Amino acid sequence: MIREFGTSELWFVVSSARWTLALTLIALALGGVLGFVIALLRVSRLAPLRWLAAGWIGLVQGVPVLMLLFLSYYGLSLAGLDLPPLVAAGISLSFYASGFLGEIWRGCIQSVPWQQWEASAALALSRAQQYRYVVLPQAVRIAVPPTVGFIVQLVKNTSIVSIIGVVELARAGHLVNNATFQPMRVFCVVALVYFCICWPISLAARWLERRMHVGRAG
Amino acid sequence: MSVVRVEDVHKSYGALEVLKGVSMQVERGEVVAIIGRSGSGKSTLLRCLNGLEPIQAGRIEVAGHTLDSSGKGLRDLRKDVGIVFQSYNLFPHLKVGENIMLAPRVVLGCSRAEARARAEQTLAQVGLAEKIEAWPDNLSGGQAQRVAIARSLAMQPKVMLFDEVTSALDPELTGEVLATLEGLAQAGMTMLLVTHEMAFARRVANRTVFMHQGLLHEEGPSEALFSAPQTPELRQFLAGGLK
Repeated sequence: MIREFGTSELWFVVSSARWTLALTLIALALGGVLGFVIALLRVSRLAPLRWLAAGWIGLVQGVPVLMLLFLSYYGLSLAGLDLPPLVAAGISLSFYASGFLGEIWRGCIQSVPWQQWEASAALALSRAQQYRYVVLPQAVRIAVPPTVGFIVQLVKNTSIVSIIGVVELARAGHLVNNATFQPMRVFCVVALVYFCICWPISLAARWLERRMHVGRAG
Repeated sequence: MSVVRVEDVHKSYGALEVLKGVSMQVERGEVVAIIGRSGSGKSTLLRCLNGLEPIQAGRIEVAGHTLDSSGKGLRDLRKDVGIVFQSYNLFPHLKVGENIMLAPRVVLGCSRAEARARAEQTLAQVGLAEKIEAWPDNLSGGQAQRVAIARSLAMQPKVMLFDEVTSALDPELTGEVLATLEGLAQAGMTMLLVTHEMAFARRVANRTVFMHQGLLHEEGPSEALFSAPQTPELRQFLAGGLK
């Protein structure tokens, strides 16, 4: 039986965006913490730590998100660890985010001029103090545009978890389309909801960037 | 009493030996100018003095701290030895006052009030008391360099190192920085300056050291060294340097 694309179907699609948002936030939080550690390891003075971080980044970036997803869902269940789809989705998206954010933030840390390291070392700051008070505050400013760019990608890439049955925005659209056969309407709504999530993020980034440069002529 | 004692210091970048066994001493309150061609090792020597460049052999003792090739005790040494660079290297994300307060607060553990007092005092010393709330980007080169000097002074160092601090400045801005340095010298600060300002070195430095090919080639009281250079290399350098 073909259903109409009515209010309840519309609401089903729109409200399932909460899982898209939840997955984005989880990936951002866990992937952000892990990515920060990866970035610091990547610029460590100890070569083995740098190699470890480089290996992680290479692995995550070299493997499709889909494979990370299959590995954490099907792979781990073979190993006896039966994860609910949502948890497997959260883990794989977090790993994905950690690899990319780690590499983005490494670049930001390294684009702080080396003279800043030297000047702060000459003032007897410890390595940790140099990071805390001199290098990271400058790296954060540099990091805003590329990080936001990645977050927007992340929002859209959460759609991949529909494959293991998590009913987020894309999957909800798919389900409703199967019942109504009105792909134009359904997927226009889906696209519009994605846009309504991503566009404000980009706007916020621009505002943040301007705010951070207040008082600085250069 | 020697505040700086350098003994047979060797420093190489890979196969290139930049310092080939340099020895020198600086007494408390002395102002020593280091001159020489680019590549003679003068900046490297200065940077070795507070451990920015590790040395391969020899011994450096500054303000009672000893540096050897192991690099231990570096932070303690740096608390007592300030350095100012050619390119100022202020922290662009911090206002002038915060630039100066940072190290006293986090390294020496000063209270905010104490650090603020140091910032006000050192800024007054370099003639920029009114710039305490300014952003580094809004300063002229000469002002930025004076703030960098104030930032070093706020650590109350026993020795100050100046690495070509006027070389990046327009000629009309070098005067204010040199005046600041002269004031410091008169206040009794022990200073080592790598400089191309020969007239300044001659007038302000008690002693001038001429470096040539990684070695201390000639040294003496500034006036004597500039008016009667003994070696042909220094004569040639001074003749060329005046052009």
